[in-house]
Amino acid sequence: MYEKDGEKYFVVDSHSHFWDASKENWVEGKEQYAKGWIDCFYGYHQLGPPETHWDWEKYLKVTPEDFERDMFIEGHVDYAIFQSTYLREWYKNGFNTADQNAALLERWGDKLIVNGRFDPREGDAGLKQLEADVAKYKHKGVKLYTAEWNGDSRGYKLTDPEAYRFLQAAQDLGIKNVHVHKGPTIWPLDKDAFDVADVDHAATDFQGLNFIVEHVGLPRIEDFCFMAVQEPNVYAGLSVVVGGLMHARPKFFAKVMGELLFWVGEDKMLFGGDYNIWTPKWQVEGLVDWQMPDDDQFADYPRLTTASKKKILGLNAAKLYDIPVPAELQLPTEAGESLQPGEELVEGTAGAQA
Amino acid sequence: MIEAPEGVSPEIWAALDTVLDPELDEPITGLDFVESCTVTAAPDGDIVTVGLRLPTFFCAPNFSFLMVADAYDAVSAVPGVARAEVTLVDHHASEEINGGVAAHAGFVGTFTGEATAELDELRRTFLTKASVAGQDRLARPLVDAGAGPDELASTTLGEIPESDELTRLRRRRAGIGLPYGDDAPLLIHPDGSPVTSEQVPLHLRRARLQRVGIETNGEYCKSLLALRYAPGAATAP
Repeated sequence: MYEKDGEKYFVVDSHSHFWDASKENWVEGKEQYAKGWIDCFYGYHQLGPPETHWDWEKYLKVTPEDFERDMFIEGHVDYAIFQSTYLREWYKNGFNTADQNAALLERWGDKLIVNGRFDPREGDAGLKQLEADVAKYKHKGVKLYTAEWNGDSRGYKLTDPEAYRFLQAAQDLGIKNVHVHKGPTIWPLDKDAFDVADVDHAATDFQGLNFIVEHVGLPRIEDFCFMAVQEPNVYAGLSVVVGGLMHARPKFFAKVMGELLFWVGEDKMLFGGDYNIWTPKWQVEGLVDWQMPDDDQFADYPRLTTASKKKILGLNAAKLYDIPVPAELQLPTEAGESLQPGEELVEGTAGAQA
Repeated sequence: MIEAPEGVSPEIWAALDTVLDPELDEPITGLDFVESCTVTAAPDGDIVTVGLRLPTFFCAPNFSFLMVADAYDAVSAVPGVARAEVTLVDHHASEEINGGVAAHAGFVGTFTGEATAELDELRRTFLTKASVAGQDRLARPLVDAGAGPDELASTTLGEIPESDELTRLRRRRAGIGLPYGDDAPLLIHPDGSPVTSEQVPLHLRRARLQRVGIETNGEYCKSLLALRYAPGAATAP
């Protein structure tokens, strides 16, 4: 919980990791990929405020004590949702596996939600594993890296028949939330790796699932927004937006937030601090302090109220994951049916002026 | 265009300046992707060696390939150049891309089994995005000056004062066969059809969203490149 100016904010970090990128974990012969991967992350890390930067060596692997301090003691986080990332091609024990995450669960089980994963390319064995994982960890969500390498394959689409089998199974097993990450390489390489069209189709066909597009589809935010405005079960994961832009590129942060507020709306935006790319403290505090600049070029973007910040920082995610929110941290009255943002423009029914 | 670095002839630099990062819609020169460029005189003409670098080790291979191949073509076409050697450094697919471009293997030939088509469609997609974003750059000042939907829908490119942005938009449109002459409407859909007055508000919203998307990517990439190649960087390749 974060308190500022008499207002209390319930904080759910919907996108965090606990990774092991230490050199001991690099797969022999694949060191350049393991290093290249964490080096990319380290580049993003340095987009945060200088006083929050860590040495590269420390960045490779943090301890459970670091995690506790950065998230819960200093970071204001009430609940964290963990995403698993395997990358076994390059990291011997996986980069950030459900097992590693589960070790943290033993200590902070009342504050952590561990999401599982699946990979349609693993076929029947993968389905069995998913069932076992859900039985063991009671997953309410999964994180999917459609661009993850697997043998000869450089990625898959959610619309692949095998992927539909897994989505159906996930829905039947009681999973509600599908976090989708669009990454830098995918097969076939001649297509755009970040294309979110497959999420569009899957969201239409699986109404029982919520699709949270991490990093709001960056670098294809336009495709994401235009899809999300039409799909009620598609959400915007703000990780990387806050961490990567709020400090380093404040003007662009304002524009991206303005577009998201317009097209996706404050009811469907989820804060994610992306630990340990960044720590949550400065992101939570910065977002609470933040307001759309007064400059003319931002004039027709929606404004963030205290209530919108409460939703984005935690209440929206709490709803998706059935997280109990103390009465004093809830909004006084639940907003009724709000108009889907941008809807009037898409339908072409209203006379918004150019 | 930024000035040619010392020792690089203006002609070579101008050729490199025509090479775009398709996603960012900016020349590789201004993006600081040109790490080195040397010219060696040989009996049958100049040998030009260009090294390109990118913001991360995992930048998408398809766009990376396009930039290397385009740089190769642009430099090779400069009068007096006998041979161009363009290499991508510090990238997970450097070896394949460099070999493929040098061998004129095309994208499919370079990534056998991983690619099934050349990159024309991909390039077209991004030129289309760029030509949508460009409409916001030119229309925004008109909107700020009070132009309404009717006026905007009927504005043609010839009615807009000449500027670098106008030239840029004309070039992007020309590249994908969209109307770019003086009588072409400023506001058009991706398929080239004109935007009606009723469609103007939504169209402008989309155009601005597109521009924010591209320009934000550009900011990320420039930041990451600067950090990656900063003196003493822990992640220096």
